[in-house]
Amino acid sequence: MTKSIDADMVRRVAILARLRVSEDEVQRYVGQLSRIFDYVDLLNEVNTDNVEPLTHALPVTNVLREDVVRPSLSSEQALANAPQADRGFFVVPKVLDQESS
Amino acid sequence: MSAKQILKTRIIVGMEIHVQLRTQTKMFCGCGLSFDAPPNSHVCPVCLGHPGTLPVINKQALRFAILAGLAMNCRIASYTKWDRKNYFYPDLPKNYQVSQYDLPICGEGHFDLPSETDPQTIRIRRAHLEEDAGKNIHDTGAHTLVDLNRAGTPLLEIVTEPDIHSAADAYAFCAELHRLVTYIGISDANMQMGQMRFEPNVNVEITHREGLSKTPIAEIKNLNSFRSVKNAIDYEAQRQIAAWEANPGYELGQAANENRGWNDDRGVTEFQRTKEAAHDYRYLPDPDLVPVTISETMMKEIRTDLPELPIARRKRFVSDLQLSSKDAETIVDHRATADLFEDAIEAGGPTDMLSKQMINIWLSLANDRQTDIANLGVSAAGIAELAGITDRGDINKSAAKQIAEAMLSDKQSPRELAKHLGLVQVKDTAATQAWVQQAIDNNAPAVQDVLSNPKKAKAAVGFLRGQVMRISGGQADPKLVGELIEKLLTPKPD
Ligand SMILES: [Zn+2]
Repeated sequence: MTKSIDADMVRRVAILARLRVSEDEVQRYVGQLSRIFDYVDLLNEVNTDNVEPLTHALPVTNVLREDVVRPSLSSEQALANAPQADRGFFVVPKVLDQESS
Repeated sequence: MSAKQILKTRIIVGMEIHVQLRTQTKMFCGCGLSFDAPPNSHVCPVCLGHPGTLPVINKQALRFAILAGLAMNCRIASYTKWDRKNYFYPDLPKNYQVSQYDLPICGEGHFDLPSETDPQTIRIRRAHLEEDAGKNIHDTGAHTLVDLNRAGTPLLEIVTEPDIHSAADAYAFCAELHRLVTYIGISDANMQMGQMRFEPNVNVEITHREGLSKTPIAEIKNLNSFRSVKNAIDYEAQRQIAAWEANPGYELGQAANENRGWNDDRGVTEFQRTKEAAHDYRYLPDPDLVPVTISETMMKEIRTDLPELPIARRKRFVSDLQLSSKDAETIVDHRATADLFEDAIEAGGPTDMLSKQMINIWLSLANDRQTDIANLGVSAAGIAELAGITDRGDINKSAAKQIAEAMLSDKQSPRELAKHLGLVQVKDTAATQAWVQQAIDNNAPAVQDVLSNPKKAKAAVGFLRGQVMRISGGQADPKLVGELIEKLLTPKPD
């Protein structure tokens, strides 16, 4: 059985996804997400005793590239879609170092 | 007496090390690597994380990771895959970092840390490939500037088991690992450029009257020198012991583990965040990157690229070539230097004189020019010949240094240079005696000291010997000069 979805989990996922959700929405998503999970749970009814775990959906391996430099974009092209740019940099709202990994 | 009487403490350290691989291009796209290029000049739709683009694995990065794994005695995975580590930060354009979660390319291995008194084995837990993030620049008022040139740079993250038990051992391990990755050529590991970064996980096992306690683990982020690794661990261990003495409940499992940063100016670690607030990275297999299988054939082929490793080479230089362990360490430190040394032996140079001149002449010439010996443009044959004629006494030691300097710009052989520079040693006793006599005649005060001032006699003999070398234009044999000074200045029995 999959762990059921409750309000705390919805709030936690919202924080991880950087989404602001209202209390009304939390309740609504508990219902919606639970139905999705219940549906996906049907898969647990399949007997997989003799099935190898699958790590990738494609039956392909070793797609490799030689270590040869290809042209990059010009910095103008790279910044063309940036909402804000300055002296070649992307400009974003100030971030605090909350998440150096 | 405090109830918390400490009987014994033991530091426990595991290391995480990021090594930037020495590829031409990024991990998953063909952008070149650059350190100080104009911002966002080495980027493309793949490393900018534009929708609809597909990453493709850099074959060379894969080979380098396998080579490093073999050098650390790791089990190399026959099947390895790629995962997304999800978090939000402006230097991470895709909002995830491609890394390897449960099937890393290198599994368990071990690293033997040599020491005459206390050799140790540090177990390697794993090593995996991942991509670096870009750079945020925070120093402008209300905004953060983002440069994505570094985004996608291939990194090898090496993780050890907590097998290190002193700050000095951590220093030695990091230095040895640095030597290893440069030796096998997978990284330039330039620390100023952030190409090798260290993160020790530190806690302390405390034996006290009531039993055994462990402090919570602190991960010290992003150290970029061996010295800061050592100082940070030393400081952090003392801080944890003091915190344990002062605070009930400061125990592993009770108080939170934390991330700390090293403030080099103040010499302290500073709190960053607790690991309880650590992020749920929601690792998931990357659907855009297919797995890699590594065959026995591929592994065998890569193994042929593995040179003799520095620790083994040092041992051999000591046991087979009779070098002192200090000299062996100095010569082996750079692979090109050690290669040149061995080539010079092969070219017929006498080992003992060669090792002396490698260190006292060639290494010092290279250091003066801020390069290494291999870049001085001197051949192994030339190095061997210089050692040979010095060893035979055709030239003296200071002449050897002069000739070596001349060899940097002059393609003549050391023997020819010795002739042209008038540095061929004169072994003729009569000629030498004439020079010595001249020095004696011209330096009465020094002669006086030799004869009647025991306190200054030794310095005065040295002074006279220097005068003779000067008069002879460097051609005199210092040994013979010493003998003659002694002979001429010994009072004759009446
Ligand atoms: Zn790119």
